[in-house]
Amino acid sequence: MTINTLSQDGVQRQQMPCLTKMERMIISMQDPDMGIKLRNQRLLITVIPHKCSISDEEALHVGQLFVKYGYIYPLKEPRNLILKADDSSYRFQTPYYWMSTRWPASELDYAIYLAKKNIRKQGELIEYEKECYNALHKRINHTWDFVVMQAREQLRASKQRRKGDRIVLECQEQAYWLVNRPPPGTQDSIDHGPERRTTNTRVQLVSKLTITTQLTTCTTTHNPHTHTYCEQYQPHDPIMQGCLPSNPWITDDIMFWNMNSETVALPTKLRVERWSFSFMELLNDQMGRKEFLTYLEKEFSAENLCFWQACEDVRHGETAKIPEKVDEVYKQFLAPGASRWVNIDSKTMEKTLEGLKRPHRFVLDDAQMHIYFLMKKDSYPRYLKSELYKNLLARAIVPQETKKSVFPFMRRQRHSSPSPALATQTAEDDGKAKYSNSNSGTASRL
Amino acid sequence: MACQGLAKGETTNTLKAESESLKAKLEEERAKLHDVELHQVAEKIDALGQFVMKTRRTLKGHGNKVLCMDWCRDKRRIVSSSQDGKVIVWDAYTTNKEHAVTMPCTWVMACAYAPSGCAVACGGLDNKCSVYPLSLDKNENLAAKKKSVAMHTNYLSSCSFTNSDMQILTSSGDGTCALWDVESGQLLQSFHGHSADVLSLDLAPSETGNTFVSGGCDKKANVWDMRSGQNVQSFETHESDINNVKYYPSGDAFATGSDDATCRLYDLRADREVAIYSKDSIIFGASSVDFSLSGRLLFAGYNDYTINVWDVLKGTRVAILFGHENRVSTVRVSPDGTAFCSGSWDNTLRIWA
Repeated sequence: MTINTLSQDGVQRQQMPCLTKMERMIISMQDPDMGIKLRNQRLLITVIPHKCSISDEEALHVGQLFVKYGYIYPLKEPRNLILKADDSSYRFQTPYYWMSTRWPASELDYAIYLAKKNIRKQGELIEYEKECYNALHKRINHTWDFVVMQAREQLRASKQRRKGDRIVLECQEQAYWLVNRPPPGTQDSIDHGPERRTTNTRVQLVSKLTITTQLTTCTTTHNPHTHTYCEQYQPHDPIMQGCLPSNPWITDDIMFWNMNSETVALPTKLRVERWSFSFMELLNDQMGRKEFLTYLEKEFSAENLCFWQACEDVRHGETAKIPEKVDEVYKQFLAPGASRWVNIDSKTMEKTLEGLKRPHRFVLDDAQMHIYFLMKKDSYPRYLKSELYKNLLARAIVPQETKKSVFPFMRRQRHSSPSPALATQTAEDDGKAKYSNSNSGTASRL
Repeated sequence: MACQGLAKGETTNTLKAESESLKAKLEEERAKLHDVELHQVAEKIDALGQFVMKTRRTLKGHGNKVLCMDWCRDKRRIVSSSQDGKVIVWDAYTTNKEHAVTMPCTWVMACAYAPSGCAVACGGLDNKCSVYPLSLDKNENLAAKKKSVAMHTNYLSSCSFTNSDMQILTSSGDGTCALWDVESGQLLQSFHGHSADVLSLDLAPSETGNTFVSGGCDKKANVWDMRSGQNVQSFETHESDINNVKYYPSGDAFATGSDDATCRLYDLRADREVAIYSKDSIIFGASSVDFSLSGRLLFAGYNDYTINVWDVLKGTRVAILFGHENRVSTVRVSPDGTAFCSGSWDNTLRIWA
C-alpha cells in the first residue's frame, strides 16, 4: 500500500489508487443533478447510486468503506463508524480532511486537537484520549507551549464563527480523528501494513538483444488451449461440478478422500480417465506411475522411467549428494554395458558424458528430457491403448452419491487423520531422505 | 544482468528514451499478432449457473492479522502465519491446531508447507526464510530444530518449496528472488530484474518444471528460467503494485492481483495480457488470487474484505463472498480443488466450499 509520502530519494510514490477512486465516487455522489439528495446541512442516504449493476448488499458494503475511510460520517453515533441501511443521517466529510490530503495525521495536530478539547471543557477527554494526551505531552514536551498556544488561537477563531458553522466544523474534525486515531478495541481501518520501499530510481538498461529475441519468439495468439483445458477438467473440478460421493467439507464425510488415496485397491473412474489427459497427469499420480511402470516392464523398457525418476532425484535433491547420485546414475543407466542401459541419441550421450566430468544439478537435464519425450511420444500413447489400461478403466469405481442425512441438523463427527509428519518420521529413522510423495520410493530403486 | 557504462554520446536520458521506444515497438509487434480476444472465443461456452459457496470452517486462534497460508498435500492440513510472529499448523477439516511456532520477528508474510508434509518454511520482517521440521513430540520445542535457509537484505514477501523439501524459492522486498538449498543454506541462483519490492512468486506446473513467475511493486510480472537466472518474459500492464501471481493449472498462463483493483490474465505463448477482471464497484486492491482446479474460476481476495469469484473465460464476476471483517490477505485453493481457504486481517481463516 503506498500513500503520498516522499521516500528518502525525494521520489514521490503514487498515491493509493483506491483513494482516488473513492474520491471520484464521492464527488459524483455530491453532484447536484445526478447525486444524492441533500437536505439542508444533513443528508439522508436512501440509495447509494451505482451505474454498474451490483446488489444492495454490495452497495451497502461499498458505502461502509466510505464511512471507514472517513469520507462520510454518521451524525447520531459518531463513534460508531458503520453505515446503516435505515434513516440515519450522514454527512460528507470536507475535502480538507480527506485521506489523500491529510495523511498521515500528524502528532502535533492531534496534540492541538486534544488540547482544545481539554481547554474547552475540563474533563471532556475520554479515558483513552487522556492517555494519548499525557503520552504526547511527554513525547513532544519541547513544543508544548506552541501546542497550547495554537489550541487557544483556534478556539478563539472558532468563537467568531456562526454557531451552525462551528458545530459542523467540530463534527468534521471529530470525525477525522475518529478515523485516524481510533479508540482502542475498535478496528483501525487505515492500517496499511509494512512500508513498501521503491527503488525505481534505478534505470533499467535492457540490452537491445533481449528485446529483439522476444519479438522473434512470438507465436500466434489464438488460444484454444485455455478453454479446452477448462472443458476437459470441468468434471474433475469439485467446486464447479461437485464430487462423488460428496465434498468432505460440505457433508463431513471423508469417503471422497479415502477413495482417492494413494494406496486404494481400486481407483475411481475419473482418476483413471485423468491419466489420459496428459503424460504429466499420469506421472503425477503415484498409482498412475506404478501402473505405467508395470506396462513398461512388459515392454522391456522400464529402465526409461527409472532413469527419469533418478534424474528427478538429482535435480531436486540435496546439493551435497549430487556427485554420488550422478555417479550411481551413470553406473546403472549410461555406462556401456550398464544393467539398465537407456537408449539416448549419440549426440546427447556424448554431451552428457562430457558433463559428468564435473557433475552439477542440471548435468542430466538433456538426457532426462530426451527420455521423457521418448516415453511421452511412444510408450504413453500405447499404454493408453493397452489392455492393462482399458481393463483398469473398466473396473474403476464410480462412487455413489452420499444420501443426505436423515437428520440434517445432526453434524457428523469429524475424525482426525494421521499427520504426514508421522509417516515420514519413521522413514527418517531408517535414514531415507525426505521427499515429496511423488518421488518417495524412487531413491531405493536405484 | 549486465550493466555497462555509458558509451560515447549516450546519456541516461537518451538511454531512457531508447528503452521507451523499444518498449513501444514491442507492444506494436505484439498487437500485430493478436487475432482474437479470449472472451470472444468463450462466447460459445455455456455460462455458469447459480453459484453457491459458503464458509464451512472458521479457524480461530491467531491473536493478530493472518498474512499468509498454504495447504499440505494431504488436502486437509494447512499452515498459516500472522503479524504477531505466530505460525500455526492446523488440520482444517477438524479445525484442530497441531503445531505452533513463535517466530522471533513480527509480520510473518510468507509461509509454505513442504511437499512431504514434514516441515514448514516461513519468514517476514526478519529478512530470512527458516525451515521448521514438524515434530510430533508434544514436548519438543519446534524452534530448537529451526534451520535458517535464506538471507535477504529486506523483508521476505513469499516463499515456496520446489518439487521437494530440499529447495526453496524466495522473493523479497530487496527486489530479488532467490533459489536456496535447504540443507546447506547455500544460494543456488538469484534473479535480478525487478526495480522494486517483489511481492509474490509462483512455480510453473510444467513438464520440465524450470520456470516461475514473480510480481512486484514495479507493476511488472516477470517469468524466469530457474536454471540460468534469466528473465525470459516480462509483462507490464498493471497500473499499480502487483500483490499476487498464480499460474493457470495448465501452466500456459498466469493471473495477477493488484492494488489497481484489477486482476489480469497473461498468456505465455501469446506473450500478452488476454483478460482484465474488474468492476466499477471494486475500488480496493486485490491481495491474493487462485484458480479452481479446472481453471474456469478465479478466486480473488480484496482489501475491501470481500472475495470475488470470476469466470476466467467470460471475464464476468460470478459471485461476491462476504464474511471477513477485515482485509482478505490470502486465498488458496486446496490441492484437490474441493475447497479454498481465505486468511484475513480479522485474525481468522475460513474454508469455503
